[in-house]
Amino acid sequence: MAVFNLNINGKQQQVDVDPSTPVLWVLRDHLNLTGTKFGCGIAMCGACTIHLDGNATRSCVLPVSSIGDKQITTIEGLSEEGDHPVQQAWLEHDVPQCGYCQAGQIMSAAALLKQNPSPSDEEIENAMNGNICRCGTYVRIKQAIKSASTTN
Amino acid sequence: MTLLKTSIGRRSFLKTSALAGGGFMLSFSWLGACQTKPEDALAMPKEWFELNGYLKVGDNGVVTIMSPNPEIGQNVKTSMPMIVAEELDVDWKNVIVEQAPLNTDIFVRQLAGGSQSIRQGWKGLRMAGATARHMLREAAATTWNVPASEITTEAGMLHHKASGKSAGFGEMASAAAKLDVPKEVELKDNKDFKIIGTSRKNVDGPKIVTGKPLYGLDYRKEGMLIAMIAHAPAFGMKLKSVDDTEARSMPGIKDVFTIKSYEDDYPRQWCDVSSFPELVVVVGNSTWEVMNARKALKLEWEQFSDHSQTVSNFQGGSNDVKVPAGLENSAKHMQMMAQYATKSGKVVRKDGDPAKAFKNAAKVIERTYTAPFLAHNTMEPMNFFAHVTDDKAELVGPIQTPEFMEKSVSARIGLPLEKIDIQMSRMGGGFGRRLYGHFLVEVAVISQKMKAPVKLIYTREDDMSFGTYRPTYHAVYRAALDKDNNLVGFHVRAGGIPESPLFANRFPAGAVDNYLAEDWSIESNISVGAFRAPRSNFIAGAEQAFLDEVAEAAGKDPIDFRLDLLKRAQDNPVGENNDYEANRYAGVLELVKQKSNWGEDSSGTYRGVAAYFCHNTYVAHVLDLAMEDGKPRVQKVHCAVDCGIVVNPIAATNLCEGGSVDGIGHAMFSGLTFTDGVPDQQNFDKYRLVRHKEAPRAVDVHFVENGIDPTGLGEPPFPPVIGALANALYKATGKRQYNQPFMTEGIKLG
Ligand code: FES
Ligand code: FES
Repeated sequence: MAVFNLNINGKQQQVDVDPSTPVLWVLRDHLNLTGTKFGCGIAMCGACTIHLDGNATRSCVLPVSSIGDKQITTIEGLSEEGDHPVQQAWLEHDVPQCGYCQAGQIMSAAALLKQNPSPSDEEIENAMNGNICRCGTYVRIKQAIKSASTTN
Repeated sequence: MTLLKTSIGRRSFLKTSALAGGGFMLSFSWLGACQTKPEDALAMPKEWFELNGYLKVGDNGVVTIMSPNPEIGQNVKTSMPMIVAEELDVDWKNVIVEQAPLNTDIFVRQLAGGSQSIRQGWKGLRMAGATARHMLREAAATTWNVPASEITTEAGMLHHKASGKSAGFGEMASAAAKLDVPKEVELKDNKDFKIIGTSRKNVDGPKIVTGKPLYGLDYRKEGMLIAMIAHAPAFGMKLKSVDDTEARSMPGIKDVFTIKSYEDDYPRQWCDVSSFPELVVVVGNSTWEVMNARKALKLEWEQFSDHSQTVSNFQGGSNDVKVPAGLENSAKHMQMMAQYATKSGKVVRKDGDPAKAFKNAAKVIERTYTAPFLAHNTMEPMNFFAHVTDDKAELVGPIQTPEFMEKSVSARIGLPLEKIDIQMSRMGGGFGRRLYGHFLVEVAVISQKMKAPVKLIYTREDDMSFGTYRPTYHAVYRAALDKDNNLVGFHVRAGGIPESPLFANRFPAGAVDNYLAEDWSIESNISVGAFRAPRSNFIAGAEQAFLDEVAEAAGKDPIDFRLDLLKRAQDNPVGENNDYEANRYAGVLELVKQKSNWGEDSSGTYRGVAAYFCHNTYVAHVLDLAMEDGKPRVQKVHCAVDCGIVVNPIAATNLCEGGSVDGIGHAMFSGLTFTDGVPDQQNFDKYRLVRHKEAPRAVDVHFVENGIDPTGLGEPPFPPVIGALANALYKATGKRQYNQPFMTEGIKLG
């Protein structure tokens, strides 16, 4: 066990965990931030996507010991009022079905739009390809990203 | 207007006010209400009045409506309360939706399966709203001393025109709650619907997009422990020995032990499917610690011998199901299926003289179709929470069959049903996997043993290797054409491991004079279950691809060919038990033909068509596909649907889009294979689901408008799109696809 000081959603948080613990489980088990989802544990589904210094990162394979002073943003901290343009676009298009993959989809989309405010279809697909949706909401996700891209 | 006797569902309208203070109302807190964003928050009333088990009205007019059924992404948590709100005549803005707990005294059929929630809930939900509205009108009538029949309602208000009196529902709620439930209620005419048929957004949307806890996996309780299980690595194996010395000594580990979820002599319910009743359990403080300790277990397994299980069936009887010994292989499965298909099966339906028709045919077409096992792969892996004490059990999590699993838990832990409380969380997908709730029994046993609250978590590998899979299927189709290219004989011989996908009475049965349907099956120890549109999910694609080939051989347009057959089935049906309405079937084909501009040159894209009827809903697809860098990419799916009244168009459209994407994805990429009983794919590195880059670029959904009572949409859009895809692939490549998945290794067409 070791103590880590983490910057999560703009707040300093301290956890005492095994250094190999993935950030996903630090968030879910130790900090009660359950918005970041577990889907595969091997960086193949995108459900656990967070931002690490603004970049979309799979938290399920990210040991807490590797974070240092990098800033973590989770779905809970994407916006204060739940009104990030991507979140608003998701509501406008009524994207979710079961909804389980959507936090990861939103985090990937938000990171994409930050780097590329008006992505092409192909750029959207490339950036989002690591996020699986078993319910098949891909068409709506793309529409929502396009809406958000014009308002960004 | 329709008059409905409330006595049919009397049980559902027991007044529950007495219970409200003491019991079930209190258990909602975690699952919460729909309003999330501060600006949406409604002012809470000082007092609530329950008018029936489905709804309560606050003194300020805010209404809480229970959503009775499990939510798996089919959007019932929004659409079922919409139906109640419609008949109550309240403004949707003033409605709070709560997930109801399992309560069989109040609600009927709290199950998510078979696309039946809306269809079977329709009357009861309307009645719940209408009954409450009736009581509010009566209360106003008494208060104002006017006849109830003169009182009208609108958007949560009561009006008496002649006297000019008006009041909000909230003002009359207290008086209404004291009234008897009426014996008969009026239902609205369809033309007066203000909520049904309008798009209302997912009530959980704000929570989903902000990452609020909603799912079983998010549940936690003070002092909760985490548990994981280790099961046999292969179907056909059981536990031989356990060495847990190292695992026990690892940090954060509380206990390691073995359990039996189902005892050998326990008569299982249909939903108690589990190939691995004997499990090694690791319990500890946190997920990562438990995962690591589980890896340190040294377990030995051995093959089991032939045995049988008693399983009750839907009709209330029971069967002895044989579980054969052995470690099964997919290559062997394929060989066995091919071999079985050469022999006659069990004749399920026969019309006319098929043998003669084939003998005298000018042309006979015969084709064989196969599909592999599929794992459900809900994005939220299996999990459940339980806190079992000496006198009660509290369970929370994702389950499609709470009413059934409550019985299994009760039998296993020895507590009566009334001591067991199951709360349904929003589910990260169901698709049939969560009909089978062995994990509820497992976690209840674990919690009972630990005397602590426990959450059981499956990893993706657990989830994929401990499945209730879609069976592997095989179908041989034959068609006989006469010299004028009329379809005079049709023969299907379908089977699978361990069940046949045949629906003998579906189209084209009823449209062909000489018809034969046979089936067969092969025993297996691999556990299977319902998967989004069971059996249809294979047989529809096979049949629709075959009909395309027959139409081509007959020199006919594939839509006209089907429409001619449907006309025959409509005007002069063959046989009696035809399981479809030919005119509605033709209706979706005609609609998709029109909406897709069928027949027009679709420059650079290749088109396929298919239609199917299952789960009470008719769906037709036209699919446009283009080859991009040598790979097929669906450009657009045109989807025409007849599900009767569309309760919530935005959500219905979403489900049809999703079902189409999911069907295309599975047919194109997915499959689970076995080597010596071990699933070859156990995570998304090997198991392929469709991804963004492979999804259709667009899906256009069109609904038939007919005012017929609504039917479901969770399953029906899935099966036919597979046929449309196969037919479009043929146009694009000149090669027919017979074996799913169509893309091998995700890159090359098979
Ligand atoms: S859980 Fe991290 S990518 Fe799937
Ligand atoms: S909405 Fe269910 S997995 Fe994406």
